[in-house]
Amino acid sequence: MTLNNLKPGQKCKVLKLHGKGKLKYRIVDMGIIPGTEVLLKRMAPFGDPMQISLRGYELSIRKSDAKNIEITDIERKPDDAKRCCGA
Amino acid sequence: MMQKDVAALNKTLGAIKKKYLNFALIGNPNSGKTTLFNQLTGKHQYVGNWPGVTVEKKEGLLVFKNTQINIIDLPGIYSLSPYSSEEIVTRNCLLYEDIDLIINIIDSTNIERNLYLTTQLIELGKPIVVILNMTDLLHKKGDKIDYALLKKLLGVPIFPLSANKHDKIEPMLDLTIQSLNRKSNANIHNLYPKEINIVLNNIEDIIRNKANRSNVSLRWLAVKLFCEDELILKQLHLTDDEVSKINYYRNSISPIKNVDRQMVVAECRYNYICKICSQTVQKHLSNEQMTLTDKIDKIVTNKFLAVPVFLALMLLIFYITFGPIGNFFKDCAEYFIEHILAKSVENLLAILGASYWAKSLVVDGIIKGVGAVISFFPQITILFTLLSILEDSGYMARAAFIMDKLLRKIGLSGKAFVPLLMGFGCSVPAILGTRILESEKDKKLTILMIPFMSCSAKMPVYSMFVSAFFPHNQVFIISSIYILGIIVAIFTAFLFKNTILKGQEAPFIMELPEYKFPTFRNLSLHVWERLKDFLIKAGTVLVCATVIIWFLQSFDFSLHMVKNQNESILAWFGMKLAPLFTLCGFNDWKACVSLLSGLIAKESVVSTSAVLYNTAAELSLSENLQLHFSAISAFAFMVFILLYTPCIAALSAIRKEMKSPLWTSIAIVYQLVAAWFCSAFVFQFCTLFFNLLGVRIL
Repeated sequence: MTLNNLKPGQKCKVLKLHGKGKLKYRIVDMGIIPGTEVLLKRMAPFGDPMQISLRGYELSIRKSDAKNIEITDIERKPDDAKRCCGA
Repeated sequence: MMQKDVAALNKTLGAIKKKYLNFALIGNPNSGKTTLFNQLTGKHQYVGNWPGVTVEKKEGLLVFKNTQINIIDLPGIYSLSPYSSEEIVTRNCLLYEDIDLIINIIDSTNIERNLYLTTQLIELGKPIVVILNMTDLLHKKGDKIDYALLKKLLGVPIFPLSANKHDKIEPMLDLTIQSLNRKSNANIHNLYPKEINIVLNNIEDIIRNKANRSNVSLRWLAVKLFCEDELILKQLHLTDDEVSKINYYRNSISPIKNVDRQMVVAECRYNYICKICSQTVQKHLSNEQMTLTDKIDKIVTNKFLAVPVFLALMLLIFYITFGPIGNFFKDCAEYFIEHILAKSVENLLAILGASYWAKSLVVDGIIKGVGAVISFFPQITILFTLLSILEDSGYMARAAFIMDKLLRKIGLSGKAFVPLLMGFGCSVPAILGTRILESEKDKKLTILMIPFMSCSAKMPVYSMFVSAFFPHNQVFIISSIYILGIIVAIFTAFLFKNTILKGQEAPFIMELPEYKFPTFRNLSLHVWERLKDFLIKAGTVLVCATVIIWFLQSFDFSLHMVKNQNESILAWFGMKLAPLFTLCGFNDWKACVSLLSGLIAKESVVSTSAVLYNTAAELSLSENLQLHFSAISAFAFMVFILLYTPCIAALSAIRKEMKSPLWTSIAIVYQLVAAWFCSAFVFQFCTLFFNLLGVRIL
């Protein structure tokens, strides 16, 4: 399962990153690495991009880019979403 | 204490034998970097371009305790990786320029991600001071940071600051001066696990002799080589033997192929940061509570409300800038130019006994040019202020978020919507407004599209023709012109996106910063900086161009001043060019001269046509026009007006923002070609269509 399949309000952990080059390291530099907890806040009004919350800040990412982020541990309840890190 | 500082400083300066110190200001976007830069340097700053790249670098001088400090404001970045021009500019500055100290500014409300860059900067081994900015917001949230412990763990000087408080600047500068001789420990404790540390040490040994050219630590270079950073590999000029040795060590930690070492390093950094944060940061807020940003976002990015709110804001900006308020100031400026400045200069010249042509040069050439610059001033100021409010408050990122899906289809990011819409008011501020776009490709594409958004100065031309030829279908005809402009703009986007401006789509991974209330001080500095830029760069081009056009319009080839406009050089060109428009249906030299006069300002088309076409004095302008145009050729003429090269002021703006004569020429040629083809197509197609229709009816 990849990040673009997450539903608003759902929380997950990053498992693995695919892709390469600029896109991949941009994702890494923004703090999305295996183990990071990510909460999907909402989708943009036209259905794309998505607004996610991680490491205490908000990020907007396109669904097509989010396809490169494999996720696990999907939780429905957004409790603990803002705690520091998952590792 | 102070005397001791000064003495220490003089010693340092003596040792390095320099007149001033170079401080590099580095931080994430939205960390308050610009604010701090403005506070440090005040008005003593200038914007310069780095050679070869289009990212702007700002420098500003400040004098502190008899020392000149040159602050270099580098672009906001998230990492020192080599993937964007901003990152490369910053890296090269740190690697090759003579930087005495790094001021790393971080947003303390978002400390985890901000420290990621900090760990990379510390590794450079240069003197560094970490400024924890926005501590007021942090305290407001109820969060706490143990500064002393953070300082101890990171091993670098730390200074908490709230960006809008002035009084702390001096102690902060004191700290930077004290830290000048204190190189940061490149070998950060426990950042890497043992096995990676060993590999890095081995790589350091290999490159030890090669690395003296760059002034950063061996550790940093070793980490970059470990991550297979090609730019660094090239810059170090390693021999094949050395490269294979490095590869050997690199592979020693992970025998499995395709292990992503860059990823390994990033994980090490984040793990290290998490460990530090868990010891030093105390979060007060539980996740159930909503922050103010959450509440605002709930409305402005709401599924149903987002678009209406966005459109309402856009219309409000448009209304303020180009509506009664903007126009009032514009009229005031024009009144001042025409009735006060021009008149008084004219009188002065008369007293001095200046010749007729000299008077004309000053009044019709220079003052007209300067006047054009000044008359744009109020609207540009208003638009820049409003755009800066959108940017500083954090809404601009949401606008990009909302519009991204629509504009991505034509290869643009969501932010481009704002300048495109402003194009309907006036191309000049709209083109200058494209600097809110980060990507150079987006900027070029948007600048190419803006002139096709029919600007308000073209309206009088349309009205003149519509009232003469389509009195019963005014709204329909004018709307069709506007819609045609939008269609051509979209076509332009597709055309350029798939040809010259082809390229990998930049990943759209954008931070949505917390909302902030823009401060007046910041806002005014921001706006003034942009205005100054417009005045100097676009203003000079505009004045020169106006003088040239004045010359062409007022002289004939024997360099005598003409009494009648149609004896001028410009008219001669018009007559020569007229046959080109045979296919468009208006191969009349008068139409052509009107079009040329439209280069000064689109409104001039009306005044010029009024002079040239009013041949039969007993008839009204509409009736006179009807003698020279058919309804179809009038429509084709309007299409040409819509699409052809914008006025000189807009061209100066294009020249300024494209930063390249080649791209400016591409824009001009493209506009002319587009205008000619569309106009000819409209004329031929409509003629054919109505003829067929006519035949059928008959």
